[in-house]
Amino acid sequence: MSLLSLDGVSRVYATRRGMFGRPVAVRAVDHVSLAVEAGRTLGIVGESGCGKSTTGRVALGIERPSEGSVLFEGAVMPAPGTPEWRRMRARLQLVYQDPLGAMDRRLTVATQIAEPLAIHGIGDASERRDRVAALLRDVGLRADLAARHPHELSGGQRQRAVLARALATDPALLVCDEPVSALDVSIQAQVINMLTDLQEARGIAMLFISHDLKVVRQVSHQVAVMYLGRIVEQGDPEAIFADPLHPYSRALVSAIPVPGPRRIARVVLTGDPPNPADRPSGCAFHPRCPVAVAVCAMTTPTLRPAADGRLVACHLVDGVAGTA
Amino acid sequence: MLRFIALRVGRALLTIVLVVTFAFIVLRLSGDPAMMIMSPDAPPEALAAFRQAWGLDAPIWLQYLKYFGAILQGELGQSMRDGRPAIQLVAERIPATLTLTLPALALKVGLGIPAGIYAALHRNSMTDRVVMTFAVAGFTVPSFVLGLILVLIFAVQLGWLPSGGAESWRSIILPVIAMGLGGAGALARFTRSAMLEVLGQPYIRTASAKGVPWGAVVRGHALPNAAIPTVTVVGFMVGSLMAGAVVVESVFSWPGVGRLMVVAVANRDLAVVQCVLLLVSATMVTSNLIVDVMYGVLDPRLRGQAPAGGGH
Amino acid sequence: MADEAGIVAAPPRRRARVPAGVMLAIAWLVVILAIALLADVVRPYGITAMDLRARLQPPIGFGGTWAHALGTDELGRDVLSRLIESIRISLQIAFGATIIAAVFGTTMGFLAAHFRGWVEQCVLMLIDFQASMPFLILALSVLAFFGNSLVLFVCLMGLYGWERHARISRGLAIAANAQGYAAAVRQLGARPMRIYLGHVLPNIASTLIVAATLSFPEVVLLESGLSFLGLGVQPPMTSLGNMVGYGREYITRAPWIMLAPSVVIVLTTLSVSILGDWLRDRLDPTLT
Repeated sequence: MSLLSLDGVSRVYATRRGMFGRPVAVRAVDHVSLAVEAGRTLGIVGESGCGKSTTGRVALGIERPSEGSVLFEGAVMPAPGTPEWRRMRARLQLVYQDPLGAMDRRLTVATQIAEPLAIHGIGDASERRDRVAALLRDVGLRADLAARHPHELSGGQRQRAVLARALATDPALLVCDEPVSALDVSIQAQVINMLTDLQEARGIAMLFISHDLKVVRQVSHQVAVMYLGRIVEQGDPEAIFADPLHPYSRALVSAIPVPGPRRIARVVLTGDPPNPADRPSGCAFHPRCPVAVAVCAMTTPTLRPAADGRLVACHLVDGVAGTA
Repeated sequence: MLRFIALRVGRALLTIVLVVTFAFIVLRLSGDPAMMIMSPDAPPEALAAFRQAWGLDAPIWLQYLKYFGAILQGELGQSMRDGRPAIQLVAERIPATLTLTLPALALKVGLGIPAGIYAALHRNSMTDRVVMTFAVAGFTVPSFVLGLILVLIFAVQLGWLPSGGAESWRSIILPVIAMGLGGAGALARFTRSAMLEVLGQPYIRTASAKGVPWGAVVRGHALPNAAIPTVTVVGFMVGSLMAGAVVVESVFSWPGVGRLMVVAVANRDLAVVQCVLLLVSATMVTSNLIVDVMYGVLDPRLRGQAPAGGGH
Repeated sequence: MADEAGIVAAPPRRRARVPAGVMLAIAWLVVILAIALLADVVRPYGITAMDLRARLQPPIGFGGTWAHALGTDELGRDVLSRLIESIRISLQIAFGATIIAAVFGTTMGFLAAHFRGWVEQCVLMLIDFQASMPFLILALSVLAFFGNSLVLFVCLMGLYGWERHARISRGLAIAANAQGYAAAVRQLGARPMRIYLGHVLPNIASTLIVAATLSFPEVVLLESGLSFLGLGVQPPMTSLGNMVGYGREYITRAPWIMLAPSVVIVLTTLSVSILGDWLRDRLDPTLT
């Protein structure tokens, strides 16, 4: 049984287009099914606006899915704000993109790391102090830094502090939403290594959301590529990076700068990034797809297993195109 | 744009309905008007007759509807002391109040805005400090204190101007100054900070760096942008044309709506109080509505948004 | 796991230089507060004590004696004593009203920010209503209908300016909720009370305090205006506005009766405004 499973989850927002427009339903997430196994990492990758952050929030239960279900440790995710949902927070946590915004600038880092323990009533004062000290060691933060305020730390130190706070209650799942995007590249590497070390040491499962393929490749055991709210390819990271099947994955992977001659020719996408309020018919990618055919504009492809066990949503890969 | 205006008008009407409801609730909550007016030991038949005459014996929701209906028809009741229709009493006095408030408004705008602009353009100069000191004095000195001091100096000690009443053109001078100076001070301060904020914006520096003469930068960029928040404040002042006179009219025994209101409150003449309340709120709401619409015209960024306060 | 090189040092605390004007303002306010608190001790005479042989005596420097340092009124009552008592009453009313407005306004703002939906719309409507009506007229109406008890009066004054606090607290609470520390703490599993009282409120307290210093002088002016008109604090109690109203009758013969409270009103509102401006410049320049 998976630790976390999303089954056919959609998240639809009602917005108005312009001042005089009719209400329009925006499908931020469209029939997404995925599973995170205990102690393993699922990476979600895609461009801005593809729905990956929303997926993360639905996975955590911060937002309710409009369709489909979310199961955590076998039980249905309770509605946000209810006491059961609050209790469950000890088991799954979120690591933020902006660590400065996620912390209260008035309180010291140590106080904030101890706060989950206070909220869930874990341990007494001295036990909490010990726990905070242990957490600081685990994330590599010096004890004297913890007595400072968030704005007095560097970006990397802040992210470690946020991580320490997330780990305080010993959760089973961490959802990381662009955790290293705001950091310098050298610091990114350190934080990523720390995450993988922590996963090995504590057996934490992770849902790692990022637009940066290189980072996702490093930490994930499984990768899902999202486009406009749908998963278009899912499978082993190395396989996807070595030989992307979906045209969009191909474009993404080809854009990764590599020294020396390229293995995959650079694919440049034409057209504008998509507008979720104005979805193209059929396959959402077809207006920009370099190899689209007629059927792509008519039917939406579903995720089907490809040759090596990967899941791909593309008519061409399915071999349907031949009959168009 | 149409939707923008429609939303604003809707809100204005809603506010007026709220005011009417407020008046009604307060009126009924405050006890039995019959006993208040006639006296607690009037004979029961007299009380009953009074209640009947004033429609106070019907169930409360019916009273509310009748009340609302009456107001829509302009039937605002009769002054309980005078016997004449309240609306007539109030209407008679509107011109007198306007004689004070319109010149005061002109004073506020004519003195306050240029002073504020000048102070902003010559920031931290001696003039700026002087203007700001006067401005602060202007709004920390309450209008009745200012009025009394003016009377003390100009009427009592110097004898140049009358201390009250409304006989000659000279009677207007002191009340108008008392009303206008405070508002001029507040407006100067506000205009100055609005201008300073605009002048600190990058696009002003860019315009100046492009070689545009400073005067043109101010006229073409700074002033129009600073006008936007200033318009709201001026709009508020216009809206309180009626209200602002209350205290000053009492100081100078000026026969206007403000004085009428004070006397009516002291005498618990509820019909008149109600009438003035509705008049003032109608003025305020209309003025706010005009300001809101002008805002939309002046500031293109606002045209797509919900009314202020609803979106942020 | 090594720490990064280039550790950011804790920034030094800034030394504050308080301008002279603000110092004066604070000094005056301290004096006024002391008078208000120690009124019974400091006051030379009772406020109704009449000295009929010493009626309409001018203050020191204009022909008066030290027995009545600020002169007397028509009934021989000592102006200084009445002034001291008036300061106390006016300040009590102003403080009480400001606190009521702040608590009520902040609570409404938090309710609107937390529940959103129709609760928020209701609160916004009330805020708009309050902000678009000149408070004086509303207050007069309520006084007309309800009469004149002191408790009612303080509550009425307490309704002044609540919308300012409500707007501020709602805006800041929404901002905190959307992104940032409040959302993060909620994500940790905290209950709403803990979030609002433990995190949001301390963070916005400085802004609220500045807003309170803006409305405090306005309440003083409002109360004195109403008392001046005879509709606020009623005799035998005396307030600053009350005294001015009373002194108006004697403006030709005994202007000091009216001038003493007027000066106190002006200096007090001026001092609080100066202090508030300075606090705002230091704490939150975005507040208008």
